[in-house]
Amino acid sequence: MTTETPTGSVSGAATDAIRAMASRHRIHWAEAIPWIVAIAVFFMLPGYRLLATQILILILFALSLDLIVGYTGIVSLGHTAFFGTGAYVTALLATNGVPDPIFGLAAAAVAAAVLAFLSGWVLLRTHGLTLLVLTMAVTVMLHELANDFDEITGGFDGINFTNSKIFGLVKLDQLWYTSSYLYALGCLFVGFVVIRTIINAPYGRMLIGIRENSTRMAAIGTPVHLRQVTAYMISGAIAGVAGALWVQVQGNVTTAVYSFQMSGDLLIMLILGGTGRLYGAFLGVVVFKILESTTELVLGTDHPYWQFAIGIVLILTVLFARRGLLGLFEDFTARLRGGSR
Amino acid sequence: MSSFLIEISTVLVFGIAYSMLLFIISVGLSITMGFMGFANLAHGAFAMIGGYLTVTLVGGSGAPFFVALLVAFVAVALLSSVFERFLYRHLYRRPELDQVLLTIGLVFALTAGVTFIWGPDPQLIQMPDYFKGNVDFGFATFPPYRIFLVVSGAIIVAGLFYGLERTRVGAQIRAAVDNRRMAEACGINTGRIFTWTFALGSGMAALGGGLGIQILGGIKPTFAFEYLVIFLIVVAVGGSGNIRGTFFAALLLGITDFAGKFYFPEGGAFFIFAITIIVLLIRPQGLMGKA
Amino acid sequence: MSMPALETRDLNKFFGALEVTRSVDFSLAQGARHAIIGPNGAGKTTLINLLTGALRPSSGRIVLAGRDITAMPAHRRVKQGIARTFQINTLFMGLTVIDNLYLAVSERMGFATRLFRPAGRNRAVLDEVERLLAVVKLEADAGTILNQLPYGRQRLVEIAIALALDPKVLLLDEPAAGVPSTESHIILDAVDSLPKDIAVLIIEHDMDVVFRFAERITVLVRGAILAEGTPEEIAANEEVQATYLGEAGHG
Repeated sequence: MTTETPTGSVSGAATDAIRAMASRHRIHWAEAIPWIVAIAVFFMLPGYRLLATQILILILFALSLDLIVGYTGIVSLGHTAFFGTGAYVTALLATNGVPDPIFGLAAAAVAAAVLAFLSGWVLLRTHGLTLLVLTMAVTVMLHELANDFDEITGGFDGINFTNSKIFGLVKLDQLWYTSSYLYALGCLFVGFVVIRTIINAPYGRMLIGIRENSTRMAAIGTPVHLRQVTAYMISGAIAGVAGALWVQVQGNVTTAVYSFQMSGDLLIMLILGGTGRLYGAFLGVVVFKILESTTELVLGTDHPYWQFAIGIVLILTVLFARRGLLGLFEDFTARLRGGSR
Repeated sequence: MSSFLIEISTVLVFGIAYSMLLFIISVGLSITMGFMGFANLAHGAFAMIGGYLTVTLVGGSGAPFFVALLVAFVAVALLSSVFERFLYRHLYRRPELDQVLLTIGLVFALTAGVTFIWGPDPQLIQMPDYFKGNVDFGFATFPPYRIFLVVSGAIIVAGLFYGLERTRVGAQIRAAVDNRRMAEACGINTGRIFTWTFALGSGMAALGGGLGIQILGGIKPTFAFEYLVIFLIVVAVGGSGNIRGTFFAALLLGITDFAGKFYFPEGGAFFIFAITIIVLLIRPQGLMGKA
Repeated sequence: MSMPALETRDLNKFFGALEVTRSVDFSLAQGARHAIIGPNGAGKTTLINLLTGALRPSSGRIVLAGRDITAMPAHRRVKQGIARTFQINTLFMGLTVIDNLYLAVSERMGFATRLFRPAGRNRAVLDEVERLLAVVKLEADAGTILNQLPYGRQRLVEIAIALALDPKVLLLDEPAAGVPSTESHIILDAVDSLPKDIAVLIIEHDMDVVFRFAERITVLVRGAILAEGTPEEIAANEEVQATYLGEAGHG
């Protein structure tokens, strides 16, 4: 009910809200932190570069998953289908006369996008648990196929390959991982910029709309299924690039790139960090991998301490901290600011 | 001609035996998901624990096979009730994703627990003597254990149907599954019915786990994850909440899987997924699910 | 006689053996203020669903401004100028009022697939959102999240979203449903002040609302049109009184 207040106060509320929306995409100073940390790690922790490189690639992978899970509301336990496809495409190109790594990434993106189009067109006609089960089925099926056609894929032991120099300048260093780390960091930066741009564009708002109420979206004229498929394709393409990076850095691809376990781990990392929050992917992956490595270092790998711990952590997160670490952080800062917004 | 008959009947017997196993384990999951709308991905872990308990009782304590199965059934039924009471109950109104995540966390913890106790290698079971050897049916011979699985599956299905169609409790369960609110209005305590059907379903999973050790090459910690997809597929293809649907889905998928791997050792696992995708595209609600 | 904004020709819908819409020949004039009334189960919401494309008819035609849209999928009909509100609020409950309106305007203006320029930089959309807020008098709540608004004001957003689509035909499914009587006047004011060039079809149970708003009334009973005419004609119609007005009262 609009009450009688001095003019300007009523429209004031509207203008404030509009102004807030108009500046939502502005770059906040805190956004520089992850990149500063990434550079610092490069110089200060040279012994951990392989782990750090893997973390960077997993962040890219997690960002791609967040695009569909966090923003579009499509829950998938089969994102390794795209990761693995990208991985095999780049490896097979390298062993068949096309060793350029950047071309390998591009080809991986295209192949994964095609797979995402074919599977997405068909799978996204379902929703909820049926959809979840189908995403699992696709990735397990690809895993089986990779195992069965081991003349092509090298099966369990996999294929070893080398790439030529990046842009003809730098070789991927598989001893100290110097160039590999910076290569992965560069790719992550590019991928991140792409995703951040999409999220802040009207397209990103539209995906959120589909997540929040797809019936309403249809009623305002959105071709929901089509938009879901395109989001699935973008997400799949980026996951494919992550997969290609993963195997280029190690010079080796095995059927483990299609592992269903990895899909599960990725979703957990995202939930841990906080979905639909862009930086949740960063936080979740880093915390997960550091905890994992520390647990295995301190307690050894003879016993499944980590598996047990992550199970408990996941249960506790779902029960008490559903919006993840970033969600907890948001609550904390809101409380500091005194009261609800 | 005769060797073709032997081949077909072998595929059918082994395939149906596997199907019965899938059914016994998956039917509890189907009811839980269809009835309460709760996605319990830890169901495979319950089957796994049943398997481990059976192996331990038979191997360690020398208990008879069927006694071990019974104990496993009861123990897991109780254990699952504890989880339901203290964990699952908090999530009934929460989105499906939350239930999926919580129960996956439980699978991680249970799998780790099982590895702690028994180690990562597959545990094998010493089958009783009457299951050894071969049974001669005239046109072919079959291992008695497979025949036993086929027969037990049939008996259990018959028992479930009799229990549901002919008893008063069964009628109450059917009413509650069909329309919970109406059932409550008729004075049926649906909460208590669910607790009991959940325990029964989990117990049956454990039973299936114990029965399956022999034909799955031993029970290992990776069982819960490895077979999770299969059980979910059986439920999805059959239509959650529908026992008949689960039965036919188990038959279809079990025979397809076995036949696929039998005739195409390279790439045979592909068929079960192909069939799943095809069925769920034509009928996303499953063969007998509600539209 | 100018072309109707929306009409149906011999529209039928069966669910199995059950006929829920029977030979409906319905015509909505341009700029109309038209109400559909009828007992529960008469098929009023079904008719709206057929008009918007949420349901496929079993037979018959639907014509929008002279163009046959019977085979057109729902989301394309929106682009052709049909908008609806739902009987139960179907909104983005976790988002603010502005976010809700932004989505509708952005989609209508064709910006929803833009990938690069930030959403907040699109002045055309933001200006239109600001204008809509003023039209439904929701400026003070612009930044409020939907699930924190009282139900009546959420209902207002439901209407605003439909208006954001710049429709030529507006279908309102019981706009005052569920709104406490203390708040219902804001809905009625909003309906009163709808632009005169939009053809408005309203489903309503509340006879006060119907007689206040409608220039033309169609009575639907068991899926078929029982009577149609001006409010005075309908009020005087004995058959209508017998089957409906006598028992009905307030929603």
